Amino acid sequence: MAETEIRNYTLNFGPQHPAAHGVLRMVLELDGEVVERADPHIGLLHRGTEKLAETRTWVQSVPYMDRLDYVSMMCNEHAYCLAVEKLLGVEVPIRAQYIRVMMDEVTRILNHLMGIGSHAFDIGAMTMILYCFREREDLMDVYEAVSGARLHSAYYRPGGVYRDLPDTMAKYQPGRFKNEKTVAKMNEARQGSLLDFLEDFTERFPKYCDDYETLLTENRIWKQRTVGIGVVSPERALALGFTGPMLRGSGIAWDLRKKQPYEVYDRVEFDIPVGKNGDCYDRYLVRMAEMRQSNEIIRQCIAWLRENPGPVITDDLTVAPPRHAKLKTGMEELIHHFKLFSEGIHVPPGEVYAAIEHPKGEFGVYAVSDGANKPYRVKLRAPGFPHLAAMDELARGHMLADVTALMGTLDLVFGDIDR
Amino acid sequence: MSAKLERMKQLLQIVAGDRLRSLVEDRGEVTVEVAAADYFEVARILRDHAGLKFEQLIDLTGLDYSTHADAARAQGKRFATVLHLLSVTHNWRVRLRTFAEDDAFPVLDSVCELWPAANWYEREAFDLLGIVYSGHDDLRRILTDYGFEGHPLRKDFPVSGFVEMRYDPEAGRVVYQPVTIEPRENTPRIVREASYGNAGHG
Repeated sequence: MAETEIRNYTLNFGPQHPAAHGVLRMVLELDGEVVERADPHIGLLHRGTEKLAETRTWVQSVPYMDRLDYVSMMCNEHAYCLAVEKLLGVEVPIRAQYIRVMMDEVTRILNHLMGIGSHAFDIGAMTMILYCFREREDLMDVYEAVSGARLHSAYYRPGGVYRDLPDTMAKYQPGRFKNEKTVAKMNEARQGSLLDFLEDFTERFPKYCDDYETLLTENRIWKQRTVGIGVVSPERALALGFTGPMLRGSGIAWDLRKKQPYEVYDRVEFDIPVGKNGDCYDRYLVRMAEMRQSNEIIRQCIAWLRENPGPVITDDLTVAPPRHAKLKTGMEELIHHFKLFSEGIHVPPGEVYAAIEHPKGEFGVYAVSDGANKPYRVKLRAPGFPHLAAMDELARGHMLADVTALMGTLDLVFGDIDR
Repeated sequence: MSAKLERMKQLLQIVAGDRLRSLVEDRGEVTVEVAAADYFEVARILRDHAGLKFEQLIDLTGLDYSTHADAARAQGKRFATVLHLLSVTHNWRVRLRTFAEDDAFPVLDSVCELWPAANWYEREAFDLLGIVYSGHDDLRRILTDYGFEGHPLRKDFPVSGFVEMRYDPEAGRVVYQPVTIEPRENTPRIVREASYGNAGHG
């Protein structure tokens, strides 16, 4: 009998695969349908954010942070602003801290809706993503109301947030496709302030979560595709640098919002959901429970923000611009304004690492200053980076179709992995 | 929190005292500096010592100190690797910095063996700064293009790079050519005195 040569089949997954969540090229070595080795090639979305930050003033880099993880924009800005504030040693007004916490949780829901929706979509549950995007639309409107932009908000600034929450919401207008009656119904929740609109959303949202759970949690196909896939032990999760839901899914109750509280997270009540088995299904449950917790945090923040008006950005004129009314009459304010926007903030020498509990895990900013108006070095610690690095270990021994399930559970976004 | 930091600093002194070049606390963060020769051993102690237990490598990155305003702090060396470690057990963090001895060919030990998470981080530092990690078994470029030359995060690398890419209709493919844009600096880099901007009467 003639000798037959058996060799592994090498498959290119991406860079234009719909389940690759952006631009990932993964070289898979297959033995039949079983993955022997996965080698992700990243960097197709590398824009050199860290290098660019070195040539921009401290404030000019804030919009770049939006473009890192482009489904949780404000959280990226938050970590960056915390780092600059830590270097400067400025106090953030308490109202700004509540606004930040509230917007962070809005962002967390946005991110998890996208994560779970596309995860389900990748492995066959088409309906999920449509429902998730319906709710994302409302939250995008919240983004637009506070900052003027639906995605790249640039709302947080070192020292606080750019402006206070608006008193009105944008309303739909009747036109060729929507008549008066439809528009009136769509505008029902938009009659009051932003807080009214968001409160209305938080009342509706638990019901939506129930709907998602009806669709997925006990769904036989969903469970067949996720239970027991990509199991990570707690020890291994720590060694691989996992954070966020990836770590909590393995049963480690680690959440920076509780363990190393920043802003006003020590004043709001919430629980940390923890998984048990460390598989894709548990991580899905963790994310689902986190959305419900975020909803509760938003409600607490709304209640506080209604009661307590106040400044939303520091009054230190070397850090934040002066109020516009004063600009017209005060010489000092005018000088500060000019220097701030031409030269930027001067940050004292030193180095800090500021981390927040980003929806995907720990997002950290390591900022080094040598006293100039620009950073000397900014290192962005993206949560997705170590998660994707573990892809090889997770995928080994699984079937080819499970790779998409793993991609979904890692909640990858290439903006922050490639930077 | 500060009592906790004190305890950690004392422990660090006891455990690795003679190996530490410096131990600084600044803005509530502890930074430890070690010589390149002691780097791996100190990292191992930080991970394994029951009282410290830094079981998680949160971040590893490189730094190029060649244009830093405070030149003395790098002791004349150019490249450093900085690790951010986290202990989930004790809930504390530490920063570990090591300077590579040779500026022309910076080499440091790889810590992949201690924390598997270091694998891609070291590849990234190699890619962007050209620091070589000995003992790393897969030190390929990671973020830059296939066939990229140079290390972009080095301070002597221009922001606009050296080559640009375009589609050449004659050749029928994408070609590389020297950059045609001129580098510009809109806001100059300025270091002011510490009291700048605080007139004291505002």
